[in-house]
Amino acid sequence: MSRRNSLWNLVVYVVLVAGAVFFLTPFVWMISTSLKTDAQVFAIPPEWVPAPVMWSNYWRLMTEIPFLRYLANTVFVTVTSVAFYVASSAVVAYGFSRIKWPGRELLFYCLLATMVLPPQVTLIPQFVMFQKLGWVGTFLPLIVPALTGSAFAVFLLRQFYSAIPNDISDSARIDGASEWQIFARIVLPLAKPALATASLFIFIWTWTDFLNPLIYLTDDRLYTLAIGLQQLASTRAAAWPLLMAGSLLMSVPIILLFFFAQKTFIAGVSTAAVKG
Amino acid sequence: MTRRQRRDLWLGLAFVSPWLIGFVVFTVYPVLASLYFSFTDYNVVSAPRWIGARNYTDLFADPLFGKTLYNTLYLAAIGIPFSLGLSLVIAMLLNNKVRLQGLFRTVYFLPSVVPAVAAALLWRWFLNPDYGPVNEFLWQLGINGPGWLADPTWSKPALILASLWGVGGSMVIYLAGLQNVPVALYEAADLDGASRWQRFRFVTLPMLSPVILFNLIMGIITSFQAFTNIYIMTGGGPSNSTLVYALYLYQNAFQFFRMGYASAMAWVLLAITAVALVGVFRTSGWVYYEARS
Repeated sequence: MSRRNSLWNLVVYVVLVAGAVFFLTPFVWMISTSLKTDAQVFAIPPEWVPAPVMWSNYWRLMTEIPFLRYLANTVFVTVTSVAFYVASSAVVAYGFSRIKWPGRELLFYCLLATMVLPPQVTLIPQFVMFQKLGWVGTFLPLIVPALTGSAFAVFLLRQFYSAIPNDISDSARIDGASEWQIFARIVLPLAKPALATASLFIFIWTWTDFLNPLIYLTDDRLYTLAIGLQQLASTRAAAWPLLMAGSLLMSVPIILLFFFAQKTFIAGVSTAAVKG
Repeated sequence: MTRRQRRDLWLGLAFVSPWLIGFVVFTVYPVLASLYFSFTDYNVVSAPRWIGARNYTDLFADPLFGKTLYNTLYLAAIGIPFSLGLSLVIAMLLNNKVRLQGLFRTVYFLPSVVPAVAAALLWRWFLNPDYGPVNEFLWQLGINGPGWLADPTWSKPALILASLWGVGGSMVIYLAGLQNVPVALYEAADLDGASRWQRFRFVTLPMLSPVILFNLIMGIITSFQAFTNIYIMTGGGPSNSTLVYALYLYQNAFQFFRMGYASAMAWVLLAITAVALVGVFRTSGWVYYEARS
């Protein structure tokens, strides 16, 4: 029995290592390419070790394309969106959990339904609307809708608020606290972990979003990293060292975020799926 | 209604008002407008012109529409089972007490957080038939590798291969589900002398079935809406072999400015998604729900 078990463990281990190689190799290829010369990239057979090591590719990325401007735009859009989405969702989730009123459940079902509605259905009228407002070509279509909350964040925060005992708000009410004071001073501070999870996911979604910037950002001075990289790929298709350096730099914040917030991250994924 | 109830109604509405406004402006109105547009000829510049159901009849006569449906269903029908199966296998392996478990989990999960644009560019280069390492590896094995994204017969398998790199998301969901399986059930199975396979088949699989259903639904929704990775990896080519639904819809709307036609496509997509999801729920007798106490 124990011999069979240790054999099984060995098999598991070998399969896990082989799989890990499959998952890691593309990363290694990305890093390696980002440090090659424009000529070494097209070596046959392909070479894994950059020789010479071209750190200057990263400098070229900053100077040959407005990479830093794209980065600043992405940071601006992402930070604003996260702040707007999380602030509004925190308020909305309170109305969906800590106050009882007729019609609440019905509207909450509407909110859940928006999560499965294909975005293509609302995409075109939204575009027409923003076009008529003269907002196409500005950041406004990307950040103004964030003021109305994210269904996912409302869902997540509502779960969390509902688990807070009612006694706390009841005694505050007896002491004469307004509903807003109970929200801001009692419930919100308790919900910090859920706020962190929501912020993390919204950060990743906006940082990596491609379709919305593609449709609304027509002016290349406003491009985000996603659009800037795609633009570079379509104008200089052979510039693989630059493209891989850019892809790597765009991924680094998300990867760092993942390492620092691994627990929040995995907790968030599983709450959404297992408890939802 | 008492004064207290009326007060709570207004308070509740006040708190949800940001979402309520957004719901009306960014969902309800666009849904209705999109339905209206789908019966019109509309290019944004001039006002929409009512043409009845012609967009819909045109759609079913459009050979590219059939092609995009085929491509989308192909990627879903092959891609979803592969990705659900692979992520389940990895999750099962990681659920064993192996050394360096945390490190493995990180390695498998990390690719799923790489931005879609970066991942798509990387795979376009990784699968390059002449200068990429995949075909070089195959060459070492004595296999003359295919043209991958450049070859119409291999482009869809190549997209599926690239998408498998991102199975970490569903893997983590499976892992959470596996950790919720009561240990007592495995102990009972061991007492009954269950084999490894029987433990999997009669304990793990039923207990995990709600999570499998969740991953299946998410898989259907995301593969019907697949856009970014394909836009960047192939742009729909070669010879439209990877022109998927969302990409063709985008082209009609924002490159050809056929907003009415694209709106009709959006409604057909909504109908297809609804039919698929209803179908999944209707046949979800295999999902085991623990009696809730």
